[in-house]
Amino acid sequence: MSAIIEVEGVTKAFGGVVANENISLKVDKGGITGLIGPNGSGKTTLFNSIVGYHPIDAGSIRFEGEEISRLRVQRIARLGLLRTFQQTRIYGKMNCVQNMLISVPHRKMSFWDMFARHGNEDLEKAESLLHFVGLYEKRWLLAGELSFGQQKLLEFAMALMNDPTVLMLDEPTAGINPTLINGLIDRLKRANQEFGITLFVIEHNMRVIMNLAERIYCLAHGELLAEGTPDDIKNDQRVIDAYLGAH
Amino acid sequence: MNKLILYAAILAAGIAAPFVFPNYTTQVSVLWVMVLLALTWDMQGGQMGYNSLGNIFFFGLGMYVSAVVQVGLFQPVAEYMDSSSLEVFTFTPAEYWTGLVLGIPAGGIFCAIAAIPMGFIFFGLRGPYFAIGTLAVAVAAGELFSTWEWVGAGSGVTMPSFPHHPDLAKLSFYFMNFVLAVACFGTLAWLYSTRFGIAINAIRDDEQKAEGMGLHTTRYKCVNWSIAAFFLGMSGAVFGNLVGFIDPREVAFATITFGIFMVVMPLLGGKGTLWGPVVGAFIFHTFKEATWTYLLGWQWVALGGLIILIVVYFQDGIMGWLMRTKPEWFGIRVEGREREMQEARAMEAAE
Repeated sequence: MSAIIEVEGVTKAFGGVVANENISLKVDKGGITGLIGPNGSGKTTLFNSIVGYHPIDAGSIRFEGEEISRLRVQRIARLGLLRTFQQTRIYGKMNCVQNMLISVPHRKMSFWDMFARHGNEDLEKAESLLHFVGLYEKRWLLAGELSFGQQKLLEFAMALMNDPTVLMLDEPTAGINPTLINGLIDRLKRANQEFGITLFVIEHNMRVIMNLAERIYCLAHGELLAEGTPDDIKNDQRVIDAYLGAH
Repeated sequence: MNKLILYAAILAAGIAAPFVFPNYTTQVSVLWVMVLLALTWDMQGGQMGYNSLGNIFFFGLGMYVSAVVQVGLFQPVAEYMDSSSLEVFTFTPAEYWTGLVLGIPAGGIFCAIAAIPMGFIFFGLRGPYFAIGTLAVAVAAGELFSTWEWVGAGSGVTMPSFPHHPDLAKLSFYFMNFVLAVACFGTLAWLYSTRFGIAINAIRDDEQKAEGMGLHTTRYKCVNWSIAAFFLGMSGAVFGNLVGFIDPREVAFATITFGIFMVVMPLLGGKGTLWGPVVGAFIFHTFKEATWTYLLGWQWVALGGLIILIVVYFQDGIMGWLMRTKPEWFGIRVEGREREMQEARAMEAAE
């Protein structure tokens, strides 16, 4: 498989704190890649660097072969590289359907498209995706009134509405009722297989990530500690030490 | 259907008002100005989450642009504006109307264009910084125009006088204000039904998320302000002619009167709704005119009291309160109610 995201030698420091140091990794096209590491190991910082939330200090980030480390957030999103947030973000005072309708891909929007009405095609797609995540019954409710778990599902549906090439998920199962986690894993896999979306997932829940990812990278103290298949990672003594605090 | 009747009734009342209550023509005329001010403020403050305190800038700018066009087409501007000169300038009716017809749209277009570079600068500011930044522009503009000799500096601009009977002046400006307010409402009703409407709502709810989803946020914000500025500029142009005299601080860039009223009205009526600013403008203007008539001397105290009342007890405004208590009127669905109705239906079926 060819790599769709290539991160090479990325370093990012906030003042004296080096959050990411010389990190290199590859996300395979069409696959599911995991990113794990103890709290504060620099996972979210790396995500933020990739999607352009802040400039990086050194290194290069390429998406589909194109250098994106100097591009701004909106440009990167319009290329088809999208992320969801750890602290779920939805448009609280709009209903679910409106949340979906404004999440259409913006890469081909011309100036006059701003004043276009929403076509039936968009509405049908929005409703079918809401059905996919199990929120169809609640589609006319204000997004802010949904429970936290439902908001996570809505955010996931909004990301799918955007037709991304790569979707980066920051802890998709955090805060979700354990009984719903299996359903979510299933939907993530289906998004990957049926919609052909490459997934890059930060996850704390080991059962989830071992089940989901084909390749896993582990960060600790801002550095890349280990990489490999779920089995390699599970048996890697350095990873176990990092999680148990032997460093 | 009900909506159509409501719209028709308001239009009919608006057209009939100056003939039915000729003594109140100017008061109602200013009411339409208030409606427009409230509607355009709400485009940013209510629908997009950017509380501008400086929208009065465009109102005053449009007023000055129109004045310069109206004068400049037929007379030398600097000499006309020079208050120490004793020379008298007159305009023929044809000159007057030509100037007015060209001056008003010129004011609107000039402001619409000015709003775009300003948007690029100011929409980088968030929350209170945006509010203070825009306020500074309006205050600075007032100061700048009161020292700028070419446009009359501190002694202001005496507008070309209306060439017909004063009653006709009242009526003409009444209908200009009325048409502008209706056109503004119609434009916004259409805009809010398109992608533009939910895009600016999305920016209000979570701008970082909207950026992360690839929305052209800067484009939406600048166009939003530009449309507001267009209407504000034209409205200012008409208002300058209605008053007949432009004082840079009291009439054009009146930050502490009109500049604050345009914020209070949408808050009172319900910000972020189409009708809220209109309802707010009606109530606010009626209250203001009543206190100016019956509580003279205490009118500012009464107005301050009203503002405190709104901010403390009616944070969602009248429309917000209605939406909460009668969501079904607005097609808003509430989970609890739906469930209650389902249970009621189930019980009926069981019986």
